[in-house]
Amino acid sequence: MIADSTKQRLDELVARYPEKRSALIPILHEVQAEVGYLSPEAIQWVAGYLGLSPADVMSVASFYDMLNLEPVGRHMIYVCHNLSCSLLGAERLIRHLEERLGIRVGETTPDGLITLKRMECLASCGTAPAIQVDGVYYERMTIQKLDELLAKLRDGRLGRSRT
Amino acid sequence: MAFEKILTRYQDIPNYTGTIEDYLAQGGYQALPKALREFQPAQLVEEVKKSGLRGRGGAGFPCGVKWGFIPKDPSRPKYLVCNCDESEPGTFKDRMLIEQDPHQLIEGIVISSYAIGCHLAFIYCRGEFVEGARRLERALAEAYRQGYLGENILGSGFDLDLYVHRGAGAYICGEETGLLESLEGKRGQPRVKPPFPAIAGLYRSPTVVNNVETLCNVPHIVLRGADWYASIGPPKSTGPRLFSVSGHVERPGNYELPMSVTLRELIFEHAGGIRNGRRLKAVIPGGSSAPVLTEQHLDLRMDFESLAAAGSMGGSGGVIVMDDTVCMVRVGEIVSRFYHHESCGQCTQCREGTAWLHKVLSRIERGQGRKEDLEVLLDMCDNMKGKTICVLSDAAAMPIESYLKYFRDEFEAHIRERACPFAGQGTF
Ligand SMILES: Cc1cc2nc3c(=O)[nH]c(=O)nc-3n(C[C@H](O)[C@H](O)[C@H](O)COP(=O)(O)O)c2cc1C
Ligand code: SF4
Ligand code: FES
Repeated sequence: MIADSTKQRLDELVARYPEKRSALIPILHEVQAEVGYLSPEAIQWVAGYLGLSPADVMSVASFYDMLNLEPVGRHMIYVCHNLSCSLLGAERLIRHLEERLGIRVGETTPDGLITLKRMECLASCGTAPAIQVDGVYYERMTIQKLDELLAKLRDGRLGRSRT
Repeated sequence: MAFEKILTRYQDIPNYTGTIEDYLAQGGYQALPKALREFQPAQLVEEVKKSGLRGRGGAGFPCGVKWGFIPKDPSRPKYLVCNCDESEPGTFKDRMLIEQDPHQLIEGIVISSYAIGCHLAFIYCRGEFVEGARRLERALAEAYRQGYLGENILGSGFDLDLYVHRGAGAYICGEETGLLESLEGKRGQPRVKPPFPAIAGLYRSPTVVNNVETLCNVPHIVLRGADWYASIGPPKSTGPRLFSVSGHVERPGNYELPMSVTLRELIFEHAGGIRNGRRLKAVIPGGSSAPVLTEQHLDLRMDFESLAAAGSMGGSGGVIVMDDTVCMVRVGEIVSRFYHHESCGQCTQCREGTAWLHKVLSRIERGQGRKEDLEVLLDMCDNMKGKTICVLSDAAAMPIESYLKYFRDEFEAHIRERACPFAGQGTF
């Protein structure tokens, strides 16, 4: 399920650390990028690769907000809803996205294109309100900029960058 | 007189992109050979102690003193971990430092590693810093190629390997022992202290954890001397500090200033004052964990001591400014939602306390508060402090207590009128 070129990268990651297990989270990032999400098979594979139990890997993966244990859309939108972004209209952006996408926060559009998530402070408060799409920042967001961005996502003008 | 930028001097160089060529052209990598040639490791620790440099990650702990706790025993490996988890709401300086001038951090890490006898170091970057991590990786490759990292650095006989390690989204991994657990491939749950990381840190070996900005100061101290550094700012809060200013100001952004700057100067001179000619209502001076301040505090100096004396803290340097349209109950709801979401759940007081705070504040904000709720909140806060494995629990309680201290009438109005008096105002 994991390409040889990826596996080579994982071997290099493991070699950085005095203890193999340290590579677990970087490896979960890589595998998630390749498979799309951390499916039970993906967890099993990582567990086998590092010599850990699947339950152990699962327990670690479930701790982190960026690791997805359920299928997600082709694009992931994180909207910061912490204080500085809220002061400058984050809730309005979230309502607008929910309306435009026809989904609630936490859901994926029926065509599998976009998953919408609320996130805590993204360290972009000076250019609030801020969002991230597939790991790329979009700052000082407005309703108009959101609409332009959604249009680009829909017609495929924004490829999916590896996060 | 304009303050001479030190950590952000690259901002004044046209077309600066942070490559190694750019960094070298502005005098970068001159501190490293000086440190390796002119200082024994122990002398460097002394120099940093003398500079008065205090940690910029939150606690303000003296950096050289922390380094001094590392045992000298050469038989055990030692580690240095740079904390680039930057997740304290309102803080956005470390991201700028790694994206705009990554070599300044790398040079700081190599010198600091030499000072504590470390040969393997990590930069723990929060998972959301995809671009930041990429730029750091690129800079690391350049530094290896030119002999600033790897074996026998600049012919000194000193070896260091340095890697970027990405987290995956969890505020608690900013707490240094949560960070170490995460770096070991586990859930980021803070460890019981003692032992502190200096004695038993990464892989149970002596470890220094320092914030990005803290380490960026080190090359400048080496190059220009501890006395020069100590002459900047108040005697107990030396050196430049990056203040991340956000919220309702005309010019939000990072401002590098001595900590003798007053809150008034920071907000009204540097950040251009309150937006749309409105009035200042409240300001959080050191990230969302810091108790709130008001207009009466505007002449406070932004150093660690003055902010602590006023009942708040310098924290992470994140300054969140709010104008008079802001509902403080709603602020409490947002801040408590954050700590509730980020509590790792190991300690009952924190797990239950953060959940309750959020629940009660939400119901007050929705006009469903009860008369006794304010006492319930204060009791809960009291019970959350000083009893847990890490201080997230305190960080969740202290701000709420401060909102009640300065804005109690607003909480009471919500309960009395069974509605938020600010509904429909502003963008909140
Ligand atoms: C809940 C919590 C979150 C923290 N988050 C960060 C962080 O994101 N970045 C950081 O540098 N320090 C953070 N700290 C402080 C670290 O535990 C540690 O004190 C710091 O990294 C030490 O570096 P310094 O002495 O250079 O400041 C946090 C502390 C707590 C309790
Ligand atoms: S205080 Fe909260 S975050 Fe810290 S260890 Fe306890 S439960 Fe976890
Ligand atoms: S509050 Fe949104 S980026 Fe910090």
